[in-house]
Amino acid sequence: MNTTSKSDGLAIKTTELTRRFGNLTAVDHVNLGIPYGAIFGLLGANGAGKSTVIKMLTTLLAPTSGTAEVGGFNIIKFPAEVRGRIGYVPQLLSADGALTGYENLRLSAKLYGLPRAERRVRIDEALNFMGLTDSSQKLAKTYSGGMIRRLELAQAMLHRPAILFLDEPTIGLDPVARHSVWDRLRDLKRDYGMTVLITTHDMEEAEALCDELAILHAGRVAVVGKPSELRTRLGAGATMDDVFVHYAGGELGEGGDFYNAVQTRRTAQRLG
Amino acid sequence: MKRFLRESAAVAEVELIKLIRDPTEIFSRAVQPVLWLVVFGQVLAHARGIYTGEVGYIAFITPGILAQSVLFSAIFYGIAVIWERDLGVVHKLLVSPARRSSLVFGKAVSAGFRGLVQAAVIYLIALVMHISIRLEPLAIVGVLATVLLGSGLFSTFSLIIACIVKTRERFMGIGQLLTMPMFFASNAIYPLDLMPRWLRIVAQLNPLTYLVDVLRGLMIAGGENVHGYGVDFAVLLGAFVVLLMIAVRLYPTLAE
Repeated sequence: MNTTSKSDGLAIKTTELTRRFGNLTAVDHVNLGIPYGAIFGLLGANGAGKSTVIKMLTTLLAPTSGTAEVGGFNIIKFPAEVRGRIGYVPQLLSADGALTGYENLRLSAKLYGLPRAERRVRIDEALNFMGLTDSSQKLAKTYSGGMIRRLELAQAMLHRPAILFLDEPTIGLDPVARHSVWDRLRDLKRDYGMTVLITTHDMEEAEALCDELAILHAGRVAVVGKPSELRTRLGAGATMDDVFVHYAGGELGEGGDFYNAVQTRRTAQRLG
Repeated sequence: MKRFLRESAAVAEVELIKLIRDPTEIFSRAVQPVLWLVVFGQVLAHARGIYTGEVGYIAFITPGILAQSVLFSAIFYGIAVIWERDLGVVHKLLVSPARRSSLVFGKAVSAGFRGLVQAAVIYLIALVMHISIRLEPLAIVGVLATVLLGSGLFSTFSLIIACIVKTRERFMGIGQLLTMPMFFASNAIYPLDLMPRWLRIVAQLNPLTYLVDVLRGLMIAGGENVHGYGVDFAVLLGAFVVLLMIAVRLYPTLAE
């Protein structure tokens, strides 16, 4: 099998992607195709398998069986090539608060191997793009939640990845900050043609931002489609929340383990 | 190789910036060696209970206390790594195309900065206490290089433990459990000759013993290097390389 060009022009293609943890099947034979340039939402209740899918696609976690191609490269056989073509913003706030915004970006630039001559230009461009130029010399711990998220987006876009992965990008943000993050993501798609994969359990976010979405339930793909299609499929007057409840098994906001809850709360605390 | 060095330097640079910006940890870590040298050392030297040859007892334990400081400040390095895991920093580093080996080695180098500060503190205490230390530049450079190596070795060991236990609570327990036995089962505060046979065997398997052995020869006037520098460095370097190889394999599991 040719591993580098069989993805039919798709940015991400998963084939029977599966991950087990002991007896639990967190991700169960998932098949997804995400075209280049799309903003794609991966939805589901806590514990539905969204983060596990992202971890596998970003090469942090090996699948138990099945495989995937990201940016044309197989995640199992060519993890280093995949890493060079993606950007990633974890659910947790991963910007280093003890460093300035600029220093955070400089670290990313070096780890992503940007040539010295280009570093400064790219960093300035990313800061400007994310509206952080004026605060680039301040420590990140003095930033608001929305600014930290934008700093992380700046870090993730620095090397102009083909595909951006964001795990719950607006969790714990106030509405203003949420909208500013959404605007930046739309700009990244428009100006750089980036493909964006986000996980969320926020239906408003899914509808406002995503061209297409998949709802996961107990590790399986329950449904895939455009947000408007999914609503009309359920009948007149159906909201996105109705769609979610219908496909995700009515477990909105439940599920997820203790560690998950602690992490989410910690993230919210840092944002507050 | 160039890429490896650039990436490692980037990781280490960040730690250095943070250390300079918030040096409280350095000062708090300086307290313990002062206690060992000024209180423990003086009392035991007065009692003359431990025969250390020509070299006085306080001078004898000075390199041992430096090695202990290096061990203690490096061994809790894993806590920082677990903290970074809880914050998602580890995930972000591992998604970058930087080599795993650079990330792990960069961490080891940054632990070395803390070790160097400890060395400066102990030299200072030794000067104040009129302990007869060797001040030839080459000897000092040798001590600093050894401290870097020791810091890298023990911080990588700590990183491995962090990758296995994964939570702060468990790490604190295990960290305590390891550091004191490693310290006492070494030649840091008494010569190997005084130990019962079984303990001497344990001490000779303990990398800290070889770290102390180098430092004792290079740091104090008349200090005796028992094993020979070649053997000491071979053991320290060998242990470091083996630990690095293990850590490179285990570090990615932190993000799973």
